[in-house]
Amino acid sequence: MTSENGATSEPGGQATLWQDASIAEADLRPAVCEFTDTWYSYGGEPAVEDVSFRIRQGDFAAVLGPNGSGKTTLLRLAIGLLKPARGKVELFGESSSRFRDWSRVGYVPQRVEGLGLRFPATVEEIVEHGLYRGFDPLAIFRRHGRSEVLEAMEFAGIAHLRSRPIESLSVGQRQRALIARAIVGQPELLFLDEPVSGVDAAGRDRFHELIASLNKDHGMTVFMISHDIGAVMQGATVCACVNRTMVFHGPPHHVTGEHLAELYGFPVDVLLHDAMHEHR
Amino acid sequence: MPEIFQFDFMVRALIGGSMVAILAPAFGLFIVLRRLSLIADTLSHVALMGVAIGFVTSIFPPLVALVATTSSAAGIEQLRSRGRLPGDAALAVFLYASLAIAVVVISKSSGFNADLFGYLFGTVLSVNDRDLWLIGTLLVVVIAFVVMFYAELTQSAFDPDLAHVSGVRVNATNLALAILTGATVTASMRVVGVLMVGALIVIPVLAALRLARGFRTALMLAIGFGLLSVWIGLIIAFYADLAAGGAIVLTTVGMLVLAEITGSALDYLSARRGFAAIAAANVPADFPDAERRNVEKEQGEHPN
Repeated sequence: MTSENGATSEPGGQATLWQDASIAEADLRPAVCEFTDTWYSYGGEPAVEDVSFRIRQGDFAAVLGPNGSGKTTLLRLAIGLLKPARGKVELFGESSSRFRDWSRVGYVPQRVEGLGLRFPATVEEIVEHGLYRGFDPLAIFRRHGRSEVLEAMEFAGIAHLRSRPIESLSVGQRQRALIARAIVGQPELLFLDEPVSGVDAAGRDRFHELIASLNKDHGMTVFMISHDIGAVMQGATVCACVNRTMVFHGPPHHVTGEHLAELYGFPVDVLLHDAMHEHR
Repeated sequence: MPEIFQFDFMVRALIGGSMVAILAPAFGLFIVLRRLSLIADTLSHVALMGVAIGFVTSIFPPLVALVATTSSAAGIEQLRSRGRLPGDAALAVFLYASLAIAVVVISKSSGFNADLFGYLFGTVLSVNDRDLWLIGTLLVVVIAFVVMFYAELTQSAFDPDLAHVSGVRVNATNLALAILTGATVTASMRVVGVLMVGALIVIPVLAALRLARGFRTALMLAIGFGLLSVWIGLIIAFYADLAAGGAIVLTTVGMLVLAEITGSALDYLSARRGFAAIAAANVPADFPDAERRNVEKEQGEHPN
């Protein structure tokens, strides 16, 4: 997908980011996650091309893009599961592949590898995983029922499922259990990889409310990959549209139909029908 | 005293068999959950290669097998974690390569066919003190490893990426798990034989997973099923004069069938109780909706 007028819509180029009068004061907040001229490829074609952006403390950053646009690759680079081929990816000012202070970071994956084969854990046991703070030879003897675990389950609305096997939960309930697991250690930065794919509409709304509340009321910085443009418009404070390269970054209300058309390769005004209607 | 305990070889078989019955499922739980059930099979063929080489070079065969399995396990894990080969392909390469080496070595030197037969199908009745010491040492190491690294092992089994972001050193954990699996395969080889080692590692675990809700319960149940299988299998083998290894593995299969039946019965009962509770509360028998109402009620009570 080639764009007729360069990759980004802002005049300032890539180095200064989220540059918009309404969030000018943002520049004072420290960056918690930063991509600088980042490249990555899985062998052949680059999956991420020269991407630069910065997420500051307190941001709710939504990353939008079609399948294969490299958004999951960006997230995996950010949490140190991949090393950039060129450029830098930093977490709290440290190279993400060498980052060790994981108690500051929470992560909610799209789906979990171990599930599907009667994984023998209750919801509470999974949430407890989020409290891991390094080698603990006595972990096997720890009692259940720790207060921070109960609070996190309460917040995610799954306290009543506490002793249910994780495998017996619906997709939406599982994702809320994973949210509880991610926030139980009170991280500063939360990564979510399309957390609501496969969740029904009501569950999706409640999930997005949870995330928005974590960001607004608890000051957690959020980095969420999503294909749900509507949800992004609601809660996110900044938005990045990627399709291997950065197509747009800035406040969500500055995303236009053209950006989305460039992103998805076809006009998407249907998706934004209400917002775009009067302009056409 | 029952007849079975009057024979030294039988007592040694019970001790050795019990130790293996604890070892194999304790590891097997993590192997099965990571969908690496085939690793046991692969490493048992590597063990066979070690045994064959041990015979030819007249070095204590289990020791050669131990070195071969632990180093192969480390090699497989390295190939897998670096993404050089998909997990199952790496296993296949090691399985066939070691089987071929074993066949070549065996074909070159005739004369130990009877002993080799014992390694293939198990020789628990001829377990000697040296074997018991080897298995016992491994048992201590393995139990210590599972207990001390319980958090790392469970997290890596649930999801390696999630574990990584929790700060677990996933690759180191997997490597240690693979190496000790190699050791466990070698130890179990004496009891059920190279060809059936995988059964003791995998089948009691599957039975436990059918019934357990929590992780610790699953671990305990798997070990329990392993012990029961070895004891029942050995007793049957002794009185019915059957091959011990085969009797033990058949018992594990019987345990799995029983666990499946019990599990289904329990599911049925709890579903009936669930429906009855819903009917009593006068809520439509519509699970997702009822669930949602519950959640909403709870969230209403504790606004957050």
